[in-house]
This record gives sequence, C-alpha cells and structure tokens, in this order.
Amino acid sequence: MNQVITVTATRQSAVRGSVDPHLSIRHYDPDADLMLLHFGPQHPSTHGVFRMDLHLDGEIIVKATPYVGYLHRAVEKLCEKLSFVQQTPIVDKNDYVAPMTNEQALNMAFEKLLGVEVPRRARWMRTLFAELQRIASHLLALGTFCIDLGGALGGGSTAFIHTFRERELILDLFEEVTGARFHYNTHTIGGQRHDLPAGFAAKVNAALDIIEARIPEYEAMSLGNAIFQARTKGVGVLDGQLALELGITGPILRACGIDHDLRRDAPYSAYDELVPKVIVRQGGDTYARMRVRFDETAESIALCRKAIDGMPEGPINGYKPIRQPTMAKSAGGQVYVGIETPRGELGTFVIGGGDTPTSPYRLKIRPPSLHALSAIPYIMPGATVSDAVAILGSLDPIMGEVDR
Amino acid sequence: MNPATQSALIHGAVYGTIVCLAVLTSIAMGIWFERKFAGRMQSRIGPTYTGPVGLLQPVADVVKLLQKEDIIPRDADHALFNLAPPLAAIFSLAAAAVVPFSAKVISADLDVGVVYILGVGGLMVVPTFMAGWSSNNKFALLGGMRAIAQSVSYGVPLVLATMVPVVLAGSLSVSGIVDWQATHHWFAVWPILPGLPAFLLFYLAMLAESNRIPFDIPEAESELVAGITTEYTGAKFTLFYMAEYVHTMVGSAVAAALFFGGWDGPFAPGLHWMVLKTLLIFVSVYWVRWSLVRFRSDQLMDLCWKRLTPLGLGLVFLAAAFVQYWPGGAR
Amino acid sequence: MHSGWLSVFAFLVVSSLIGFGLLAASRVIRVRSKSDSPLKHRTYECGEEPAGLAWMQFHARYYVVAIFFVLFDVEAVFLFPWAVVLRELGSAAFVAAVLFVVVLMLGWLYALRKEALQWQ
Repeated sequence: MNQVITVTATRQSAVRGSVDPHLSIRHYDPDADLMLLHFGPQHPSTHGVFRMDLHLDGEIIVKATPYVGYLHRAVEKLCEKLSFVQQTPIVDKNDYVAPMTNEQALNMAFEKLLGVEVPRRARWMRTLFAELQRIASHLLALGTFCIDLGGALGGGSTAFIHTFRERELILDLFEEVTGARFHYNTHTIGGQRHDLPAGFAAKVNAALDIIEARIPEYEAMSLGNAIFQARTKGVGVLDGQLALELGITGPILRACGIDHDLRRDAPYSAYDELVPKVIVRQGGDTYARMRVRFDETAESIALCRKAIDGMPEGPINGYKPIRQPTMAKSAGGQVYVGIETPRGELGTFVIGGGDTPTSPYRLKIRPPSLHALSAIPYIMPGATVSDAVAILGSLDPIMGEVDR
Repeated sequence: MNPATQSALIHGAVYGTIVCLAVLTSIAMGIWFERKFAGRMQSRIGPTYTGPVGLLQPVADVVKLLQKEDIIPRDADHALFNLAPPLAAIFSLAAAAVVPFSAKVISADLDVGVVYILGVGGLMVVPTFMAGWSSNNKFALLGGMRAIAQSVSYGVPLVLATMVPVVLAGSLSVSGIVDWQATHHWFAVWPILPGLPAFLLFYLAMLAESNRIPFDIPEAESELVAGITTEYTGAKFTLFYMAEYVHTMVGSAVAAALFFGGWDGPFAPGLHWMVLKTLLIFVSVYWVRWSLVRFRSDQLMDLCWKRLTPLGLGLVFLAAAFVQYWPGGAR
Repeated sequence: MHSGWLSVFAFLVVSSLIGFGLLAASRVIRVRSKSDSPLKHRTYECGEEPAGLAWMQFHARYYVVAIFFVLFDVEAVFLFPWAVVLRELGSAAFVAAVLFVVVLMLGWLYALRKEALQWQ
C-alpha cells in the first residue's frame, strides 16, 4: 500500500524522498477519522467511467486512489485477431476526442513494421489532420474543464457549448474528406484512403479564420476570468521531475516547464518541414496545464495554415491498393512508434509474425491519459473536493484510451 | 376572537394567497425565460416543443416531477428527510410576507420587517442542512456542511448591506423604507456612495443566500453530483428546486424595495414598477449564473470575511455620516 | 403592532399549505413501481457500494469563523436599534457607535493577523 510506483532505479530514491502520496494517511485511523468517498464511476465530472477512492478529512483529500478498467473493451486482443488493414476503425474509439491521431499512430507502426514508404502528400495530409484534431481536442478539453469548474447549469456550460461549436467546424471538414464525423478510417497503410476534395483549402482557411477570431472570446470566458484563475492557480501542482518519472507527456509535462514535444524532438509525418513552436510554461499547476493547451490551439492554427497552403501534389498512398483484408503480411520483427497526440505520447508497439502473418502477434498501445492519471495519488492530497474535479479535468483523461 | 385579530388574519391569508400564487406563477415564467435566455447565450434556442415557444415547459416539468416515484433511501432518517423540502419551500416564501408590492399590496406591514426578512432568510440553512444530514449520503453531507460554511460567510455582509437603507431611512419597516424613497430618492441613486455599493454587496450576499452561481457551492453538481438534493426524487426534489427560485425571486423583490424605491415610479401604477424592478434583478441573477464559474467554499469565506465585511461596516458608517452631517441628509 | 404578526402567521399557514399541498398532490398522481429492489433504496455513491454510513464525525474547518459569525451578528443586532434612532440622538450616538465598531474592527484585525479567518 505504501509502495511508490516503481520507477527507473536510478531516480527512484529521489522521487520517494520528495513525494509520498500515502504519507499523510498514517496519521489517521481510517475507520474513525476519515471519510472514504467513492468518487466515480457514475459521477458527472470524472470524464467517463473513472473511479477515485478519496479519503477525506472534512473537505480535504488525504489520500486518493485511482481505479481504471470500467471501460475495458479488449482492443489490443481484438487487434491480434484482425488483419492489419481491418484495425484502423477499431482504434478510432480509443481516444474518442481525437480519433484521427489514433489511426495515425497505428498505421505509422504498421508502416514501420512492413517497411512501407509514405508519399509526401500523404504525410502533409496527416500533419494537417493531426493539427486540426489537436485544435478540436484542446478546445473541447477547455470546455469540459469549464463545466467541471462551473457546473453543467452555469457559466461552465456556456463556455463548453461555444467550444463545442468550434469542434463542429472541424468535424465538418473531416466529414468533407472522409464522409464520416467520427470513424474516419482514412489513414491506411502507406498513406491516406481519401484525397482532399476540390476547394478544401479555402474551407479549411475559412474555418480557421472563424476559430482564430473567437479565441479572445474563449480567453475572456475562461482563462481570463478572475474566478477561473482563483480556482486554478496553485491548484494541483505537479513537479516536473515527478512527471518525467511517471511517464507523463504532452501538455501536462510542458506545463511543468519541461520542453518536450515529439513533433519537434522526433519528427514524423511532415513535422520535419513544418516545425511547431513548442509551448512551455512553468508552474505545473492546473492553470498552467489549461494555458498550455490554449496556447497550443493558436499554434496549431498557424501550423494548419502552413500545411494547407504548402500542400504538395502527388500520390496519397505508397502501398498497393487494398483488395482484401489479408493483403498486408508481415515477416516478423518488433516496432515502436510514438506520436504526439493532443494528450501526449501515444505509443504503438507491434510484434509481427506469429501464426498468422496477416495480423500482429501482439499489439500494445501506450495511452498518454493512463500515465496522466497516475499523477493523481501525488497531486490530489491536500486539495479539496472542489479542487479534485479541477485537477482531474486539467489532466484531460479520455477513459476510452485509458482502458482500451 | 376580536374583529381586529380576525381582520389581520384574513388580510394575511388573502394577500398571502395572492402573493404566493403570484410568486409561483412568475417563477414558472422565470424558469421559461431563463431557459430561453441561457439558450440565446449559448447559441441555441431553448425549449420550443411544449406549448407556444415552449411557454408550458415549466408546467410540463412540474407535472413530470410530481408523477415521479418517491424513493427514500433505506439508511436515511425518514422524518427529517420528509420534512426538509416543505420547510425549504415555506422559509423561502416567508420573506415575501413583508415586501410591499405596491402602496397597498403588502401581506403584513411589520415594523421590524427588515429584521424579519434577515431572520427567515437565515433559516433557509436549516432545511438545507436537514436534507444534507438526513439523506445519509456523503455528497449530501458535504453539501450540507458547505451550506453552513456559506451561511456563516455571507451572513454578516448581508446584514450590513441591509443596514444601509435602514440608517438612511431611519426605519426598520420595509414599507417605511420604500415610503422614504418615494418621497426622497432611491437609495441606489442618492446618496450614491453608500447606496450603490451597498446594493452590490446585498446582491452578492443574495446570490450566496439563494445558492446561485458563482456561489452555488452546496449544490455544485460537477463536484457533489447534486449536493443536498442527491437522494431526493419527485415532489420533494421539486420543492427544493422551487424553493431556490422562490428565494431568488423574493430576494430580488427585497433588493428592489430596499434600494430601488420598490413601487415608486412615474406614469404607471406602483405594482407594475415593483414587478418590473424585481424581474430585472431576477434576470440579472441568471445573466451572472450563465456567465461565471463557481467559487470554492474557502474562497467564498475569504471573500466575505476579508473584503466584504470591512466594506459593509464602512458603508454603514458612510450612511450614518450622511444622515448626520450632509446638509439635508436627515430630512 | 400585533396585527402585523398575525398576518405573518396567516401568510406562513398559506405557504405551508402550498408546500405540503404539493406533496399531497404528488401522492395522488405519482406512479408506484410494482417491482421493488433493495438496490433502489441504497444510498447513491457513484454506483459503487457505499463505504459506510455518512453519519460520522466531520471535520468542519471553519468553526472559528462560525464563532466570529455569532460575534458579528450580535454586533449587527446592537446596531439595528441604533440605526433607527440615529436621527433623534444626533452626533453623540454616531460617535459612540463608531467607537463600538472600531473596537470590533480591532478584534477583526487581530483575528485576521492570527489567521483565524482561514480554514483550519
């Protein structure tokens, strides 16, 4: 119970010395003094079916234990049974706020396993889609965070519905390309399945103009508001070193002052040509996390503009056209591909070969949200119940990808 | 029973019935308006289906809620659990008894009306905590404890803000204060320095007392599921829901009477002016509600005790100084 | 003036009739479930089995503030009669009340400095 999560041997002692999530509970007799509150799974602001067991001393959290697994759908096992080309729509549902990046991660892993080259236009399209998806995802994260702070029947929902409206614009763009609003199934091994329709660039620019014009409005509605700042600043402070130990990536890590972004540090798709400006903030509190997401939205808009304006011509798929599910065969080998999704590093580890060469022997997805949730035992103690929802909201977990 | 007693009782009962029904009808329309208003704020259109432009939506809601099955948790304290909702409704309506809706329409013209309003307003915390404790639910308990934390926070600023018109008019009777304003100035207009800030202080305390965002801390549906009403269903939930709106409405009426001259106004009958002022304040509460996020319990306490309490005392003394030393202030 | 309070009493009777009347109306028109399950009467705790009763010692972190609340509310009760008769009594009453409140504010400052107005 009192064990710290196992971390790399060299740094273990440092972490254990600075933070012990369960230290404070030793001062209490659990049966007499503390209130054990099951927070979730059926709770309005646990972002899906997630459960925390909170030990409360009055309103103050003494210990928080996260439980995951309520949404387990055996995606990885399912992928072992399906052939390579059949798996894309399955992983759409993992991170259900950013389906595009799920597809991208999976297909990039398969391409690496099968040794397929992706044409330049397809790589640029992937970058465009990923950045559009990032805008949609970050805006939604801001909206749901406001709901956590302000309630579903109040100012929070006003911010939420406005950000949701902008997400709609981006879903319309995706629908234009793929015909689907959620299960895009547009990434495939070797490139893209659907080419950009005529006049798409104008539509993207129009949508981006609208979103860009409204960004100051969102800032006034959320991050610029005095009550919002009072509720978020200094709440749930996460130490950068601890975040590294826990494997936390993405906006949460960058909010701790650690300059890490796979798009720049290990470029994939077209990020070698379209280098993003990485947003880093100090502080590591709830406000910094939301601020990083918000500033990244603006950066992504700029990146999208570059991507759509400089979109090269050429083929969109470098692999043979799909005729049958069993067309892709792997000879074996292991690959790991990590990409920067809106939530952090989404890793896909694939072992090829096995009995059926048309499907992976083992597929493992490393979801960024799961690692983000592992910070809960460290940053929750000392906060109040009100802060708990703010902290959880700022970690922006998507239970679909946590439980898979 | 002597004739004076009899006539007082009949007066109270008749006007009480009229006022209560009027308040309930206007909150039904108020809920409809709030939903339309919130819809416009959020780029949607609000209710449309029930009746013309959705006007019957609150009626449909109430009928639906009354039809719901009544579930009482096994572990709850049944007597307290059942008693809390009607008490909440009664206490929230009670303050309306001494509010003059026109020069004539007042159920009970108490000479200590202001103290009575503060008293029954403060009583609201009792059914709230009763509900929180008797549900035997941890979310409800947290909500109940927060309600008490809130009531010890806003109480003092509320009393101090109310004292400003009392000092200025030299009367504890609500109708006396309105009469003073009708013959002199509305207190929110003149003397503007203690008057307008005192109204804002009263407004903040009223938001806190009627559990409205940014102070809807005892309910806090994103934190405590539904706070004190977590275990309530059907009619009992309706009563809590109603009590909240009634409280806001009556609070708006009191604010209109104390700071905006109540029924005083040109061209139209006094009742119209009173209703108009009340509704404007009522709507502004919802404007605030659909714009802001909520405070934390300890932040509310900090705000009330470290900022608003000294501010309120300062305003009371400005008012007293105005009465004493401003030429014509004591007229 | 007793008649005012009698009217208030009548008003409260009317508002209780509304409160309890709504409950009675609901008794008439509400549905009754034919099936009953012990799970339905279980206390809600996010879909999990409740971990013990909620009737327990609760650490209210604001008890010092609550004491201050009583103090300041009593002070306000003292000020109400003063507020009404301020006109008749004139400057002497004003000065007396200022002194009274200045003493209280000193106490408030002391509490503020001692951080007694924080959550404990």
